[in-house]
Amino acid sequence: MSHHIVEFKDVCFSYPDGTEALRGVSFRITHGEAVGIIGANGAGKSTLLFHMNGCLMPSSGTVLIGEFELNKKTRADIRKRVGLVFQNPDDQLFMPTVYEDVAFGPLNLGLSEDVVRARVEEALATVGCYRLKDRPPHHLSMGQRRAVSIAAVIAMQPDILVMDEPSADLDPRSRRQLISLLKGFTHTKIIASHDLDLIMDTCTRCIVLSDGRITADGSAEEILMDEGLLVENGLELPLSLKYRCMQQEGAFHD
Amino acid sequence: MHMSDALLSPAVGGSFWAGSFGLITYCANRLKDRVDDRIVPLMGVLGAFVFSAQMINFTIPGTGSSGHISGAMLLAILLGPYAGFIVISSVLIIQCLFFGDGGLLALGCNIWNLGLYPCFVAYPLVYRPIAGTGASSRRIMIASVLGVVVGLELGAFSVVVQTVLSGRSELPFKAFVAAMLPIHLAIGLVEGLVTAGIINYVRKAMPGFLEGRSLSDMRGTMKGVVIAFAVMALLTGGVLSWFASTHPDGLEWSVERVYGERELPVDGGVITRWFRDIQEALTILPDYDIPADSGGQADTVEGYPSPDVGTSLSGVVGALMVGIVILFIGMGIRHRRLKG
Amino acid sequence: MTSFDKAYFNLGYIDTLSYGDSFVHRLDPRVKLIVTIVFIVSVVSFPKYEILRLIPFFLFPVFMMTAGNIPSGFVLKRMLFVSPFVIMTGIFNPILDSKTFHLVSGLTISAGWVSFFSIMLRFLLTVSSALLLIATTSFYGVCHALNSLGLPRAFVIQMVFLYRYTFVLAGEAMRMVRGVTIRSSNRGMGMGTFVNLLGVLFLRTMKRSEAIYQAMCSRGFDGEVRLLRSLRIRLNDLAFAIISITLFIIFRWFDIPGYIGGLVIR
Repeated sequence: MSHHIVEFKDVCFSYPDGTEALRGVSFRITHGEAVGIIGANGAGKSTLLFHMNGCLMPSSGTVLIGEFELNKKTRADIRKRVGLVFQNPDDQLFMPTVYEDVAFGPLNLGLSEDVVRARVEEALATVGCYRLKDRPPHHLSMGQRRAVSIAAVIAMQPDILVMDEPSADLDPRSRRQLISLLKGFTHTKIIASHDLDLIMDTCTRCIVLSDGRITADGSAEEILMDEGLLVENGLELPLSLKYRCMQQEGAFHD
Repeated sequence: MHMSDALLSPAVGGSFWAGSFGLITYCANRLKDRVDDRIVPLMGVLGAFVFSAQMINFTIPGTGSSGHISGAMLLAILLGPYAGFIVISSVLIIQCLFFGDGGLLALGCNIWNLGLYPCFVAYPLVYRPIAGTGASSRRIMIASVLGVVVGLELGAFSVVVQTVLSGRSELPFKAFVAAMLPIHLAIGLVEGLVTAGIINYVRKAMPGFLEGRSLSDMRGTMKGVVIAFAVMALLTGGVLSWFASTHPDGLEWSVERVYGERELPVDGGVITRWFRDIQEALTILPDYDIPADSGGQADTVEGYPSPDVGTSLSGVVGALMVGIVILFIGMGIRHRRLKG
Repeated sequence: MTSFDKAYFNLGYIDTLSYGDSFVHRLDPRVKLIVTIVFIVSVVSFPKYEILRLIPFFLFPVFMMTAGNIPSGFVLKRMLFVSPFVIMTGIFNPILDSKTFHLVSGLTISAGWVSFFSIMLRFLLTVSSALLLIATTSFYGVCHALNSLGLPRAFVIQMVFLYRYTFVLAGEAMRMVRGVTIRSSNRGMGMGTFVNLLGVLFLRTMKRSEAIYQAMCSRGFDGEVRLLRSLRIRLNDLAFAIISITLFIIFRWFDIPGYIGGLVIR
């Protein structure tokens, strides 16, 4: 299953205004891994994700998806394998109804209408949004929009699922539902987030990004419990761990 | 100044529908050989932008009243004439459907008046030559104001032509023009200033955005203008000149005469007559409120009504009854729905 | 509430109505569009002094409104905002047209008022039917109808995107307008503020456009937006089309009020 590999080799990227967003990033993610990418605002998380399907092209270094190196020629094929869920569902849900939106990707794959319909219905059922299929996106709650965005991506049946801040703007219940949904996926998962609890619940490995560089890469459990490392990178312990620590320290006396 | 269904005849409405939707098809085909696919979402969100901007009222300096922009020239400058025309047409369709501006039949006229003139006449022939490369904000200011004014005046003139050709309104051509053009001159000045303001803002905030775009589709533009003019000449010019030739007294004809209906002789020029009538109306208007006026006025035309006017008593009674029946049908359906 | 809020909520209200469920809502959008256009053409094709024979045509908006479960208050309220242009243009008819009609002996009516009322009736009929079309058909349904009636795809897609992002951008604009209103006296927004506000909105619009483009590309966009075929004409649609168009033809060619009135008076 070599084609589910994501490999970055010394990737650098600067925006046209000169901002250096990535300064030599290297890592290798293998089939079936669930990887959290964490870092403070402006650390380069979104920029990194946009390199995984060619929304951005590295200024130097190489990105390998499966056996393909990312370039203008392979970009279209890579996009079929890497499903990217954007941070803002309003950017992603551009079609007028949920059904049409989820169908947009499969239709572009050149599938027949019957196959497209089957895929759309399956994807909507997976995220529990089938009953919303005829609704326009602007009538959905934030949690529903997020779920539909995910359905729109999994309807293309990608091998690798990449998500940017999936729990942003969600109320606690929608967030809980999202986490159980993500846990159910067997894809290779790459999730960028500030929400360290979400990362802890859904990922096994964690990459810490700071100022365009990788400052730590290892098991999620170890990294997320290392308060010193997290603070150094502008982050804090996940709330659930903090709570546990405080309990151990006897901060709460019932 | 949306044209309205209520003032239109089917022939005029239909012709402008054909003209406008023909031009939309032409523009859509031109967009197929675009360079950059980015224009697909860009057109959509810019349409939403202009539509939202139209909902914002601002105070017009020195008047205390408020106005909003129409945005056609802005779109032409930002997107070029083809894409700009398609976007403003889509905005007009939404306005027509959701706010009842104009009406479905008048849609053709409105797209023509508010879209074609700014995009295909004022933009290439007024704005572009004056704005030049777009390097000086003063030139942009002059170009925008003049461009918007020319576009709006042509549109306003076109509204008058459409209204008079339809023959539902009594307004004489010259007086109507004399009323419409100055109003739109004022509106155009304000919109031109606002347009220039936004363009200059964009130039500062996103240098390069305007230059690249408008240069790239300049060549196609001129061809488009020629075609647009050809269609326009066929529709308005042709019809106008036909009327002008059959009526040697220039444009001072009235539609009743064309249709052979009877009319009182007009003494004096149209405008003097118009003012005299307004004056007269102001004094006798209260009498008109009661339709049961004494029949002995000098104006009464004996032997009217014409056969297709059902002004007999039986007609009035019948119409009342039909109205009541429709009301009951409506109440019946609603009642059944509420029960069901 | 600012006038912007009103316009925005109005838009949202019609949008919500259009996703209702009723016999009228379930009709094929193409059929509704064509029937509405035939209706409007029939109404405006009457000569200018016609009032009475326009009355039967009210059956159509009344049917659409009641069967489509659209609150009558909404439609009536919209009718009150009669376009100033129509009034301004029509109001000169009573002034300029001084002919009179004999109603019965001794009873006359000014021809100008007749044609003015005729214009007003036309206005009510045409505008209400267009509003009811969109209140009973989702805008997307209308787009689908236009697409299958042969309008260019690029144009239809433009309308789809415009509609989708109107709700996003108008929401942003509303928040900005509120911000300005809160911080300024109630003198209204000056032109300078307006231009700056639009400038900021424009930059956000551009940013969003780029994000949408990336999202489209991520899902295989290659320059063409494909649509699923989803419209199907059913028996109900055919029945609706045939009955309404037949009625319009009858109303147009036969003087129904005249016949009925004649029968009653005799």
